[in-house]
Amino acid sequence: MQEPVVADTKTSNRELLDFVFAWPAWFFAVGGALNGLLVAAFVVVILMLMFGLQFLGYSHPVYWGFLIVNFVFWIGVSHAGIMVSAILRLTQAEWRRPVTRAAEVLTIFSLLTAVQFPLIHSGRPWRTMYWTFPYDWNRGAWPNPRSPLVWDPSAIFTYLTSTILFVYVALLPDLALARDRAPNPVSRAIYGVLAMGFRGTTRQWRIQTVAGLLLSAIILPIFVSVHSIVSWDFAVTSVPGWHNTIFAPYFVIGAVHSGVSAVVTVMIVMRYAFGLKRFITRDHIDSLARLLIVVATVWLFFFLLDFFFGLYGTEPAEVDTWQRRLVEPPWVVIAITFIICAYIIPVPMWMFRAIRRNFFWMFVTTILVNVGMWLERYMVVVPALERKSGLTFTYGDYAPSLSEFILVAASFALVILGFLTFSKLLPIMPAADIKEGQILADRIRVGRANVPAAMRE
Amino acid sequence: MAMQSQAKRELLALYEEPDQAADAVERLHSAGFDDNDIEILSSTPYPEGAFGEGHTKHRLFAFPFAGAACGMAVGIAWIVGAQVSLPIITGGKPIVAVPAIIQILYEGTLLGAVLFTVLGVLFESRLPDGVGLYDDRISEGYIGISVMARERRLPDAQIALEEASPIDLLSKEGSLMHAPGTT
Repeated sequence: MQEPVVADTKTSNRELLDFVFAWPAWFFAVGGALNGLLVAAFVVVILMLMFGLQFLGYSHPVYWGFLIVNFVFWIGVSHAGIMVSAILRLTQAEWRRPVTRAAEVLTIFSLLTAVQFPLIHSGRPWRTMYWTFPYDWNRGAWPNPRSPLVWDPSAIFTYLTSTILFVYVALLPDLALARDRAPNPVSRAIYGVLAMGFRGTTRQWRIQTVAGLLLSAIILPIFVSVHSIVSWDFAVTSVPGWHNTIFAPYFVIGAVHSGVSAVVTVMIVMRYAFGLKRFITRDHIDSLARLLIVVATVWLFFFLLDFFFGLYGTEPAEVDTWQRRLVEPPWVVIAITFIICAYIIPVPMWMFRAIRRNFFWMFVTTILVNVGMWLERYMVVVPALERKSGLTFTYGDYAPSLSEFILVAASFALVILGFLTFSKLLPIMPAADIKEGQILADRIRVGRANVPAAMRE
Repeated sequence: MAMQSQAKRELLALYEEPDQAADAVERLHSAGFDDNDIEILSSTPYPEGAFGEGHTKHRLFAFPFAGAACGMAVGIAWIVGAQVSLPIITGGKPIVAVPAIIQILYEGTLLGAVLFTVLGVLFESRLPDGVGLYDDRISEGYIGISVMARERRLPDAQIALEEASPIDLLSKEGSLMHAPGTT
């Protein structure tokens, strides 16, 4: 970060808590619209439970469609949130301060949304409990721990629990702030209970600092494991196009690419929707865009490795899958669109400082990345299953149904609604962290230049 | 009466500037109070030692290791127990599959580390805490210096705090400072 945020404590408190204690009309309008989408999705799920998975358009051999694509996509988005936060905390990057909370909250709601999709996709969500957890002693129904469908829930549960606790620990000082500034006794009491009597003693601040570093260090390996295990849902099968050793790092870096982009999108929306112009500056998106250039390029490298090694073995089934993905219609159109959206347009644009510091262009390019990354997951999942193989005699064509589009739209609604609700109830910016930055910030003279400086403990 | 004089009471002084708060801590030290009697309250983390206080000792680093060990043990018990309880026989393969153990062990270890770290945060932060004196003005940027003193030492603490020009001085009963124009 180049320029520190400058505001006195009262102004910072007011601006950071403004949205928490206010009830703007647009909140109800947006919330209502998002809830409408969720109701539509709920109806689709009920109908699916009544009529079975064929209601969504699934038939042999393509049983993994939009639902699993969406699962992988939201798991991916959830990743960069915590990665950005944890890495910036560990490296004590000054510009992390306004970024971390939003990134962590995005992780929570993306994960919560992601886990809905395998449940829906199972067709009988209540049964997934005993496929996953060894609890059905009476009937002797135990999960098969050799399956990634058991590893997956354990990784996601670990990640979700860790992220929620991580956010809660970091929230304690801000809950105390909300308690002190609450406009009525009821909210004061609720924030008071949640803050657990946090008073901001030297000891409590010291523990907060150490806890931030410790939890960041523990959560990073969890973050890597989750998307690796999601990739193994595919890679440990014998399906050509999926059975690939590079899948774990390829999925992880793809997750970081789409997730960091989502963090930028969310920050730009927050800047205008929540009136946080003083706290989210051009320096922040500039820094994230520089990170994105590296991440996107590494992701492209892994994609190309997946492609080259797929072809290099000249195994007919593998070559056939890649031919379907990249040459045959309609996949060729999707392939071109995804590579253009995820790399060819945004990365060259981010090379220019003027674009990196422009909120409009950063908003557009990061949205494009996520359009591209969603299509990338679609391209990974479906064409590999569509391939005709020996000893299979029924082939149905897969085309996404209206119901699936509704479920995908509802997943976006769920994440946005969750994020919005959190921001309405709790400070979405780490107030204490931002104020600490103000205390430690100063300007020093270097020759004839007057430059910003920050002290670090 | 003797019991009453042994009981500790708390005073909380509020200061506008960090220098004043540091001055108050220095005066308290000079008056014979040590760091265990003094607490510095702020809405922002200040660098350690900013107010002349000593280094904060804690054992938070031990918690993740203890948690990781417990998590690993639970993970192994769960996954091995599940496989042994309902053996899935596949040609030539062992009942207890190593890849599955590694996965669950990894997640269990890290989950245990996180859970214990969070418990450690609460324990080392002395939370929940509902007994200490506090004032909402601290969240507006004022710095609170709280002193626990026995009844007979309370006047010394009060003098030390007042000499550093607080904007307010509080006890459990309320403000000890007179508003301007009152007696």
